[in-house]
Amino acid sequence: MLKMTRLSKIYRTEVVETYALRDFSIHVREGEFVAVTGPSGSGKTTFLTIAGLLEEFSAGRYDLDGVDVRGLDDNRRSRLRNEKIGFIFQAFNLIPDLNVADNIEIPLRYRGLARAERRRRIDEALERVGLSARARHYPAELSGGQQQRVAIARALAGSPRLLLADEPTGNLDTQMARGVMQLLEELHSDGATIVMVTHDPELAIRAQREVHIVDGQVVDLVAQPRLVVPAQLQV
Amino acid sequence: MFKYYLGLALLSLKRNIVLTTLMIAAIGVGIGASMTVFTVLRAMSSDPIPEKSSELFVPQIDNWTPEDLNESPSLAGGLLDQLSYRDAMALMRAHRGVRQTAMYGVSFTVMPTIPGARPFTATGRAVYADFFPMFDVPFRSGSAWTAAADAGRANVVVVSAKLADKLFAGGRAVGRTIDLDRREYRIVGVLKPWDPQPRFYDVSDGSFSEPEDIFLPFSTAIDRQMAFYGDNNCDAEPAPGWMGHLNSECVWTQFWVELPTAATARSYRRYLYNYAAEQRSTGRFHWAPKVGLQNVRQWLVSERVVPDEMRVSTLVAFGFLLVCLVNSIGLMLAKFSSRAGELGVRRALGASKTDIFTQCLVETAVIGALGGIVGLGLTVVGLGVERTILSEDAARLAHLNSGMAFMTFGLAVFATVCSGLYPTWRASRVQPAWQLKAQ
Repeated sequence: MLKMTRLSKIYRTEVVETYALRDFSIHVREGEFVAVTGPSGSGKTTFLTIAGLLEEFSAGRYDLDGVDVRGLDDNRRSRLRNEKIGFIFQAFNLIPDLNVADNIEIPLRYRGLARAERRRRIDEALERVGLSARARHYPAELSGGQQQRVAIARALAGSPRLLLADEPTGNLDTQMARGVMQLLEELHSDGATIVMVTHDPELAIRAQREVHIVDGQVVDLVAQPRLVVPAQLQV
Repeated sequence: MFKYYLGLALLSLKRNIVLTTLMIAAIGVGIGASMTVFTVLRAMSSDPIPEKSSELFVPQIDNWTPEDLNESPSLAGGLLDQLSYRDAMALMRAHRGVRQTAMYGVSFTVMPTIPGARPFTATGRAVYADFFPMFDVPFRSGSAWTAAADAGRANVVVVSAKLADKLFAGGRAVGRTIDLDRREYRIVGVLKPWDPQPRFYDVSDGSFSEPEDIFLPFSTAIDRQMAFYGDNNCDAEPAPGWMGHLNSECVWTQFWVELPTAATARSYRRYLYNYAAEQRSTGRFHWAPKVGLQNVRQWLVSERVVPDEMRVSTLVAFGFLLVCLVNSIGLMLAKFSSRAGELGVRRALGASKTDIFTQCLVETAVIGALGGIVGLGLTVVGLGVERTILSEDAARLAHLNSGMAFMTFGLAVFATVCSGLYPTWRASRVQPAWQLKAQ
């Protein structure tokens, strides 16, 4: 599903070159739930933005769902991002002027889906996160946990092949975080491929495996006890 | 997607109402100021007879000494802008153009036909029959008089629709008589409303005056010794009496000739030169022949129909519009910068740079459209103020017709979109990764 091979990301200024990722390799298979951990500044978020096609990389190779993304133009990358990837952000990143349904509709608009199809997907996504009654509410009228559920619904509405979550519980209290984590686990058990960046060991341990990054390099691959078995992997 | 972008634009404008108001106000004020001045300039500098302006010419003959010429108050292209009666008649007799007419302005006291109505003054013009087809003057009923009527000094007139309706209360006018200065004239034609702007055929007495209400044969007016109503310039005191006036070197006659091709125009210029040379050989002129032949557009430029101040004012006004647009660029940059986070999220959710560019451009166009509406209102107000400042005939031009209203609105949208290209381009280059990291 997601395969990076000897990938590097260098930020250059006039006087200095900084490696955000160096010879970074990772392979996430379909249906996996992977936690990416590491200290601040280790390159976790850079990995996530490159994985999400939001940023170019300097060297190496990246295949997303079998597509070599190097050299793709912006339109192609945007279409790929829209069709294959769902983002869940720490800060939710809901647009405050749009109500819940309109926020969820954004990726569907860019995909050019018909109105009825958009409507159907919004309803399904809201039902999936248990917020069907809040479709006309605005983000400011929701709790943090509810806002993150809306963000998850927005990520799910496009039926992406890969969910990228950046500290999805980072802005939530313990109870809300638990609810959001449970939802992610449910999605995984339904077959979703999830890559979650976190610095919280308690969350990381709930993933199938953990990838630890230090100074832009994978330093350790830790096999986790399988907490959740994706449905399609169950025999 | 356009409808979606339009909805987003309106939402965005509502979000920061102060910034939105400032942008719309900047564009509206700039558009209002520039279009107020430009509306008048455009009316002043428009081609009054576009389909024939390159075929209609004013001949000029230098019948004054170079010293007198230098002191003349009314020159066009270094030559007198009217002809003496003698020269005008010589050109009429030569009949070298397809059509030609000498003319001069007159004035009448009109005796109304409706009982109880009071006499009133009306402006008139003594012309040859060629005047009407030459200038494509439209008729509502009847027609121009004939060449025979010109030769026979007939008591016939063509009147404006306004005068016909005033005299006969909308009834039939052709064939009826009109009492002008206690003489009866037969009406042979009634014009449709006709108002060429500028009134190019005679700019000596107000370039933007309304056309006259009464037209009569030139020969009839001369025969009746009708005094001219317009500009008269003399190099010396003419001999007393009407004949003294006609035989003088005073210039008070306008002359137009229709020359449909460049070859005929060249030929006519040669004829003018030869005519002036002949006048010199006969002892009337004591200087080298100097003649001119200018078409309508050249004539309006020579006569400075559009005052230089008006052109300067227009430049200043458009400079002001530019300043307003530069201000709005700054405001748009601020507006789009404040939304970089939202745009980054949209990029993350699948929007391409083109999508973001289009979304912001639609928003810019909406600002331009709203600025255009404000600008349109301010233009109407500005023209109202101009009407109180300009001379009476020029004030008639200070009106916004549908074409100019459309242009005002179009210019607002176009100028705003152009000025918004850079902020829009910048917005589409938002680095979503940086924006999302920053949050």
